[in-house]
Amino acid sequence: MADSKELTERQETAPEARAGTAPTQVVLVPAVDVLEDPDGLTVVADMPGVSADRLDLRVEKDQLVIEGDLAVDVPAEMEPLYAEVRGSHYRRAFSLSQELDTDAIGAEMKDGVLRVRIPKKEAHRPRKIQVQVG
Amino acid sequence: MFERLLGFDTDLFDRFAQMQRELDELFGRALPTAAIRGVPAGTFPAVNLGETDNDVRVYVFAPGIDPEKLDVTMEGNVLAIEGERQESVPDNATVYRNERFQGRFRRVLALPEAVDEEQVNATYKDGVLQVVVGKKAEAQPRKIEVKAD
Repeated sequence: MADSKELTERQETAPEARAGTAPTQVVLVPAVDVLEDPDGLTVVADMPGVSADRLDLRVEKDQLVIEGDLAVDVPAEMEPLYAEVRGSHYRRAFSLSQELDTDAIGAEMKDGVLRVRIPKKEAHRPRKIQVQVG
Repeated sequence: MFERLLGFDTDLFDRFAQMQRELDELFGRALPTAAIRGVPAGTFPAVNLGETDNDVRVYVFAPGIDPEKLDVTMEGNVLAIEGERQESVPDNATVYRNERFQGRFRRVLALPEAVDEEQVNATYKDGVLQVVVGKKAEAQPRKIEVKAD
């Protein structure tokens, strides 16, 4: 049943490769869970600090691209003392496979967690085959 | 607004991070000196810390948590953040990746001595917990008036 493993391929994009980005900008790679059930795939991504309007989720060629900008309330005069998060742009991409219905992708963003649902095309959903007793 | 957090992006931090990486490579995980409450990279939740003249601000990157299940406590200048994230996987699902943190977590941070444990404010938005701890009055800069003679 798991004939769509390509979705889990991780695209390691060098930060420098992003157009319009200074080479020094750090790209944050969100931690993800990827699950498959008989009807489709679900991608869950941790993107703390990203609100729904700062999220850029798109299908580009055969890739699902997840991008977002982190925004937190910081006073202008604040001096950083210590930082484990040293960037403000998230990006991660997955290559999709043929049997997925990219026109029917749905997504939800809540408390910094993105949930993307990618249904399979109708023809690729498992069908129960009745065995006739002859 | 957020561009300012890029203060966390400064060369200074890059240099620290690079030094840390080089030390990590040299000595493996066992650094000759580490902060007593320091955690390895990637520990959930990540924390940033900054200060202004009047307060110390802690940003805890803890997405997908019910604010009711977040516990923030202050004891002197030591701040503890505790919580839990539990999600269940449907029985009929195949898991390809499971990178996201699950379970209970607790992070403890020693803030600068000047903080006032009576003035703590915590807010949770878009998966980031922001804790603002006021500084004691005597630690805040005072404007000294110059009197005309």
